[in-house]
Amino acid sequence: MTLLEVEDLKVSFNTPDGVVQAVRGVSYHIEAGQTLGIVGESGSGKSVSTQTIMGLTKGAQISGRALFEGQDLLTASPEQMRAIRGAKIGMVFQDPLSSLHPYYTVGWQIIEMIRLHDEISKDQAVKRAVELLRLVGIPQPDRRVNDYPHQFSGGMRQRAMIAMAMALNPALLIADEPTTALDVTVQAQVLRVIRRMQEVFGTAVILITHDLGVIADVADEVLVMYGGKVMERADRRTLFFASHHPYTEGLLQSMPAYGGERGRLHPIAGQPPSLLAPPPGCPFAPRCVYVMDRCRQEEPPLDPAGEEPGHLSACWLPHITADREAIRRRVAHVELAKSAGPAGA
Amino acid sequence: MSMPELSSAGMSETLIEEGDAPASKKIEGRSPWRLAYERLRHDRAAKIALATILVVVLLALLAPVFAKILGHGPNQQFIDIGENANGGPVPPSGTFWLGTDNNGRDLFIRILYGARISLIVGVLATGISVVLGVVLGLAAGYIGGLVDTVIARLIDVMLSIPFLILAISIAYISGPSLFLVIIIVGVLSFTYLARIVRGQVISIKSREFIEAARALGARPWRIMFVDLLPNVMAQVIVYATLLIPAAIVFEASLSFLGVGVPPPTADWGAMISDASGFFQYGYWWFLFFPSVALLTTTLAFNIFGDSVRDALDPRGAGIYV
Amino acid sequence: MATGHAMETNPAPAADAPDGDDMLLRVENLVKYFPIKGTGWFREKEQVHAVDGVSLSVPRGQTFGVVGETGCGKSTLARCIARLHDVTSGRIVFDGQDITQLSQRRMRPLRREIQMIFQDPIGSLNPRRRVGSIIGDPYAIHGLAAGAERKRLVQELMERVGLNPEHFNRFPAEFSGGQRQRIGVARALAFRPKLIICDEPVSALDVSIQAQVINLLADLQADFGLTYIFIAHDLSVVRHVSNSIAVMYLGKVTEIAPADTLFTLPRHPYSGALLSAVPIPNPDQSDQRQQIILAGDVPSPIAPPSGCRFHPRCPKAAPVCVSEDPPLEPRLGDGPEHVAACHLPMAEGENLADFSPSISAEERVVEVEGSLLPDDAAPDATAIADALPARGEGGKP
Repeated sequence: MTLLEVEDLKVSFNTPDGVVQAVRGVSYHIEAGQTLGIVGESGSGKSVSTQTIMGLTKGAQISGRALFEGQDLLTASPEQMRAIRGAKIGMVFQDPLSSLHPYYTVGWQIIEMIRLHDEISKDQAVKRAVELLRLVGIPQPDRRVNDYPHQFSGGMRQRAMIAMAMALNPALLIADEPTTALDVTVQAQVLRVIRRMQEVFGTAVILITHDLGVIADVADEVLVMYGGKVMERADRRTLFFASHHPYTEGLLQSMPAYGGERGRLHPIAGQPPSLLAPPPGCPFAPRCVYVMDRCRQEEPPLDPAGEEPGHLSACWLPHITADREAIRRRVAHVELAKSAGPAGA
Repeated sequence: MSMPELSSAGMSETLIEEGDAPASKKIEGRSPWRLAYERLRHDRAAKIALATILVVVLLALLAPVFAKILGHGPNQQFIDIGENANGGPVPPSGTFWLGTDNNGRDLFIRILYGARISLIVGVLATGISVVLGVVLGLAAGYIGGLVDTVIARLIDVMLSIPFLILAISIAYISGPSLFLVIIIVGVLSFTYLARIVRGQVISIKSREFIEAARALGARPWRIMFVDLLPNVMAQVIVYATLLIPAAIVFEASLSFLGVGVPPPTADWGAMISDASGFFQYGYWWFLFFPSVALLTTTLAFNIFGDSVRDALDPRGAGIYV
Repeated sequence: MATGHAMETNPAPAADAPDGDDMLLRVENLVKYFPIKGTGWFREKEQVHAVDGVSLSVPRGQTFGVVGETGCGKSTLARCIARLHDVTSGRIVFDGQDITQLSQRRMRPLRREIQMIFQDPIGSLNPRRRVGSIIGDPYAIHGLAAGAERKRLVQELMERVGLNPEHFNRFPAEFSGGQRQRIGVARALAFRPKLIICDEPVSALDVSIQAQVINLLADLQADFGLTYIFIAHDLSVVRHVSNSIAVMYLGKVTEIAPADTLFTLPRHPYSGALLSAVPIPNPDQSDQRQQIILAGDVPSPIAPPSGCRFHPRCPKAAPVCVSEDPPLEPRLGDGPEHVAACHLPMAEGENLADFSPSISAEERVVEVEGSLLPDDAAPDATAIADALPARGEGGKP
């Protein structure tokens, strides 16, 4: 059952420097109970798209649809959005220190959230808040519920945020880079909490990150974004072992774990794209090693690629592995020649 | 189709050039000052205020020219045509465009010459404040420790002194003069800037680029003036533009109390002081025009200063990054 | 033109080699405490034990990696070595010279030999100065070149690090993150230093750009014979660039090992836990491995635990770990290049998940009862019902 269906979402901002097209036609869907990982680098539009769906971007030009349980979130009234936020869709952000109000205790914030949506007594709400904190592993939750956010460590704050986001058992949890600012061991704790929450409560999770390791850990399906558009969608194993899109391939290749045994890494040449005046065609064309003339003129649609159902890729390249191998070898040869002497193909 | 066609240009481009993003071409040469200037250009209020200031400056500069044209200077008394039967001022007319004061002097010319005094004091005193404030603020903020304590206490002492009483005392002891006024206003106003600069420096000095400068072996003076100062300049400019009208008013107040520029020099504050006794008898122009001149000038500077602040620091208070 | 790494064939040297000529840098028992300003007359002399007795040696021409989490002291260690901080106690010997107590004035000429690259590409460059002026700073500060000569040198540097020399007059804000980091590298390189301390140089960059900068650093090392101290929290990056790696925890070094050995055969349980916590971008490997989730957070460096600082969270903790601070030495028959500070080091094939600590509950951090975190936790149905409404009940219409 499809929980959230995003159709052709476009978001742009007017800035003194011009119109920034942060999201340029993004479509995806997520099923109930599924974990969808959205991976992308800076400027990919991954955060802006989910924030827009939740109605958190002000002053932007938005078009498209985001259907949640039959209702279009983009055209919902503020009252309708308030009823949905928290109760039906929970959100966890990257920096818990700035998302939690510093002047109110953590418990108060959870309780307030619960009581905004549920008609229960204060005592019951407190009990629920304590149990929530216990579930996410905050020690001495009955005492900690009266602590302020700054008295929590970073990992605990993030877990408290998850508790708050889950307080009303929402059908969908959106986690925007929840572990980017955390240490590795703390990240493992937080990801474990998210995964377990999902197992126990059957919540669907959209997890936004730039870390492919996190994706491999928790995601069922993965969306790869670049330059405000979706480049590829695949399930976890397909993405890592049989991806189609050159950007995905480039990302996987540029990570130290993958890039040649202790030799040179294989970065993606070039810089992240500019969203101010995006050139026509595929946004990845300026950096793609397989680029063809067509790529610079026409935007490739997000079409099925490969054998797996649900594997989509926005690329003009046909899915013929042997040919791609040949191209790759030629490319590697040129790169080697380049590093050995003056530029020349 | 066996092999997709690759554009050869594409291959070499992506491999060889790890060069500019299109974005950098877009904002080429856009220094923070340039961006601020762009913002200022579109600010209507700023343009009107700046125009007003320029008019005032122009009139002040041309004061002697006007005196030549009209044939009389600011201190010339016209007892016959400049005063009425009771010895009071005459209203505006063809001869005296804005009327006269109680001594029969042309109000219009006196206002023009008064503008010179106000502007000179405003700019020079602010200049002194800026130099003192920046140097002491940088030293206090960056060097810290004993230097900071001494300077901070100095500022506290200066802020606790009642300005006007001190100014009056000094002027009383050594006799009033323009030079003295400039010094007094300049020295008594530096504290404002010094505190701001010190605060900015303290919040900037823990940033990594300062650490980097220290790692390169830069000496404290170099760090203060080459690295810290440009980051503080924005705030300094904002507050300096707001200090000018404050200095003008300060000077006018001193003259109003009789301890500023000595008579018979034309000075707005002195004129207002003289005029206040005559207002009740219906000689409104004597009070009105100098007051309007003072008000307009200070208002123009204030509005321009606000716009400068908005242009340099659009997010409001805080370090401009 | 040389390509590739110098490190491909170099084995890691002994962590404790007596020969001073081989070692560009020796740190001996470095201690750095930061006092906490108390209030009132009777100030508690509380200190932040940022670095609490660190010893290591960095051989010439190699890359020495340092990893650790928040509060481990790696950044403070870096700044102590660069003499940006004064040292509380201990010795720093650079190229045979004891630089620990040198005054800032005596340090100045040495600054040309030791440089730093910082983490934050935005913060490490003065936003109000042009890039040419920033890179030219080293020449200006030490009076090495001026005017046209300086400009030429700066442009050479810019080209060397992959920047367009015509962008000499631009401001940092006009560059992307990766380019800004290159500017920082150019600035550090101006002196042709012997040692460059890289404090998380790629952490703030996008993944695809990280690889570019890493390649650049490798090339420069090969061309100029640089020695790096590479501080990072991303273990796969550190593994890729380093010859040996030191793991730090709460101000102390827990293990030093050659890069690959640390990953295949860690001795210290903290290293093991750290490695198991790192997400692997490979679904099969990720599924197969058993993650050790440590309980609790890193304790505060103000009042570190007694004995071995890791004992409250260690799966193997025993009473000796509470009472005695283990020395950093080779364990279980390892050679001098692999040292660990542990009473109960991990043997080959050991799985931390099989162990449980033998110290009392007060001495360790326990996972909260009823929490979802432990592997085998099956949360109480009533506890869940207590915490959450059934779906569909919540939310006002």
